[in-house]
Amino acid sequence: MKVLYFAWLRSRIGTGMEDVTPPPDVATVGALIEWLKSRSPAHAEAFGQPGLVRAAVNQDYAAPDHAIAASDEIAFFPPVTGGMG
Amino acid sequence: MSIRVQREDFDPGAEIAALSAGRPDVGAVTSFVGFVRGSADCPAMTLEHYPGMTERQLAAIETEARQRWDLDGVVIIHRYGRLPVGDRIVLVAVASRHRAAAFSACEFLIDWLKTRAPFWKQEDGPDGPRWVEAKDDDNSRADRWNKTP
Repeated sequence: MKVLYFAWLRSRIGTGMEDVTPPPDVATVGALIEWLKSRSPAHAEAFGQPGLVRAAVNQDYAAPDHAIAASDEIAFFPPVTGGMG
Repeated sequence: MSIRVQREDFDPGAEIAALSAGRPDVGAVTSFVGFVRGSADCPAMTLEHYPGMTERQLAAIETEARQRWDLDGVVIIHRYGRLPVGDRIVLVAVASRHRAAAFSACEFLIDWLKTRAPFWKQEDGPDGPRWVEAKDDDNSRADRWNKTP
């Protein structure tokens, strides 16, 4: 599955996109986060404070219990800060 | 409907004029323009976004506004990339038959845009670039629309 990172998650992990193949029991956004944390110390640090990370599945916001599939585009990013000052 | 996510600046006057051109049914156009606000140690900022999701979320917010109010036109333009202090960042403009719907829908759109559109702000500073954290105030401004039919 395609995993995207934005803002400081991208900076900390060191890439904006990676293709990953988690085991079949990784079936939700929350389980994917736990599995990604095991990939490297940088991943573990980026996901170290779950309250600071938001997720989207196929470009819609998704909660930790949201189901995921191999064909999904899953993105992780901090709370958004657009608009104006 | 017009939703644009772009690096380039935009012309608010031209966008506002286009909303009512040839539309005798339009009685009111409201608009909001957001700027890069200056501070002593931040000459510029860079806005990153999630291409694809940004357009999708802006379209969903616009659909929501059209379900709540009787609108004759909506323009949302949001810039990304490096933006110096004083530059325009965002335009929301709404056309309707009457002012009440136009005012309310414009405020709704900008409040929701701030909490749902996937943009992230990085400010230049004396110690290098710094990611800006989200403000609770933005979330509470958007939340109050959940209490208003």
